[in-house]
Amino acid sequence: MNEPATEAATAPERRARRGAATFWSDRLFRVTAVVCASVLGFLVLFFGYELWQSSTLSIRTFGWRFWISQEWDPVRERYGALPFIWGTLVTSIAALLLAVPLSLGTAIFIAEVAPRWLRQPVSFVVELLAAIPSVVYGLWGVFVMVPWLREHVQVPIARRFGQIPLFEGPAFGVSMMSAILILAVMIIPYITAVSREVILAVPQSQREASYGLGATRWETIRRVVLRYARVGILGGIILGYGRAVGETMAVTMVIGNRPDITMSLLQPGYTMASVIANEFTEATSPLYLSALTELGLLLFIITLLINALARFLVWRVTRGEVRH
Amino acid sequence: MRLSPLHERWRRVLNAVSLGLSGVCAVVVMAPVFIILAYLVANGIRSVNLEFLSSLPKPPGEPGGGMANAIVGSFYMVGLALILSLPIGVGAGVYLAEFGNSRYAHLVRFIADVLNGVPSIVIGVSVWALLVVPMRSFSALAGGVALSFIMIPMITRTTEEMVRAVPNALREASLGLGATYARTMWSVVLPAARGGIVTGVMLALARAFGEAAPLLFTALGNRFWNVYLDRPMANLPTQIYEYAKSPYQDWHRQAWAAALVLITIVLVLNVVARLSTRERFRALR
Repeated sequence: MNEPATEAATAPERRARRGAATFWSDRLFRVTAVVCASVLGFLVLFFGYELWQSSTLSIRTFGWRFWISQEWDPVRERYGALPFIWGTLVTSIAALLLAVPLSLGTAIFIAEVAPRWLRQPVSFVVELLAAIPSVVYGLWGVFVMVPWLREHVQVPIARRFGQIPLFEGPAFGVSMMSAILILAVMIIPYITAVSREVILAVPQSQREASYGLGATRWETIRRVVLRYARVGILGGIILGYGRAVGETMAVTMVIGNRPDITMSLLQPGYTMASVIANEFTEATSPLYLSALTELGLLLFIITLLINALARFLVWRVTRGEVRH
Repeated sequence: MRLSPLHERWRRVLNAVSLGLSGVCAVVVMAPVFIILAYLVANGIRSVNLEFLSSLPKPPGEPGGGMANAIVGSFYMVGLALILSLPIGVGAGVYLAEFGNSRYAHLVRFIADVLNGVPSIVIGVSVWALLVVPMRSFSALAGGVALSFIMIPMITRTTEEMVRAVPNALREASLGLGATYARTMWSVVLPAARGGIVTGVMLALARAFGEAAPLLFTALGNRFWNVYLDRPMANLPTQIYEYAKSPYQDWHRQAWAAALVLITIVLVLNVVARLSTRERFRALR
């Protein structure tokens, strides 16, 4: 550090000081790595650009009215996104309400309660939930879950609570309710995995301090561990929400695909992702395609924001920036 | 704190009930895995036979036929996706691990995680606009490209983790022997991280095999054989979707069979990947 006359260094000396980066192979290596990394950023820009390009026709034709119109009429070429936004919101939020307690319970079980030998196998099985392809969930949903739900849940509910708007109308089987259940199962592994990680990242000293004050295990988990991990858990929940919003195949197969805005969980619905999957190949006119692409653009922007927020929260915890 | 015996008992009961409930949650969460697998085996096993695995689909409504072209098509497009995504994913992962403290690297890491959450249907629409519209045809190429976009961020993040886990002593030893930095990466660090990278790639492959949404309007599907990059190609996930939607009993039967084949591929990749990671970690300890 106390080298004299740094400015007077000759070119070879300067090169030597910069070290390995002077070899042409090293420079090539570095450039290649940077280029590969840049592909990822390019991909995001490319998705945004292509979606925006393809939806300009619809944006120009309908403007902001696209987002508040309920009409979806391919014959008369009138397109409004509201039924799909509604369907996506209802199914994803309801699925989250179901999935969060179950995921948290499972994460607590894996990280805090289960004996050591049981942790790995339980984690593995839960991760398999995420490995099952969406279309397989859909197949099982439409041939097994939907008929079962109709007969044993929806018909009795419709008979007893038919007056409540939430359960109005005939029991179809394919419905918002089916989509919600399938979605909940599909996002549980994501929320569980993140929650488990952040719970395991809580320092042991926190738990020991709590035990030392005479708390039971549950009190320690609730007041100390969950409190410490809550930002990260929130990140995991938002991550799971992003999955629920973008989930396509399984939802398309069990939701019934009808562009109505309904309060009833027993009625068929439609989501942004499922209308794209279901109608894209049948869309014949440019405006029809463009309207579907605009839904894709909205979906892209929403999931980008959701994931960015989730990442931000999870990183804050795992990087250790949050201390309370 | 007042310590009434009643309060003490209440705390102990609450503790036992809550911990027990967490176990109940775990059982409820794990149940769908076994239920779905059981249904797949029960409904699919009898239909996975030589005819199913070796013949083309019959015309609609005619019983019999198989999905040989879809099975081969899935492997074809996933293979194509692997060729496209492996160099980029590993390159980006190495960049993040080795030059990962710059502001740009943080941005790339962030983007990789965000990309992981982009719905696959959105990727399908984008690739449709990029390749299908200008080429005026659905194509195996578009399908492979769409799948590679799903795999790239996954491979990037696992590669980063695995390259980071290689001890610095190895790098220093190699540099100390006079090797250049590039040579050190190529001959020392990457081979040391290879096992972990392979694991990550296998998980990415498993995901790509099961994706139907990005293939719906890129590869489309095909009732016949195709080996050309610029023509539509059959594949298992979209074939399951089409058959499940159809009104034909026999197609439903074949959809179950196809799902059983698909889940077998996915599970084998998953199980092998996890077992190999576990063994490697054990060796490190």
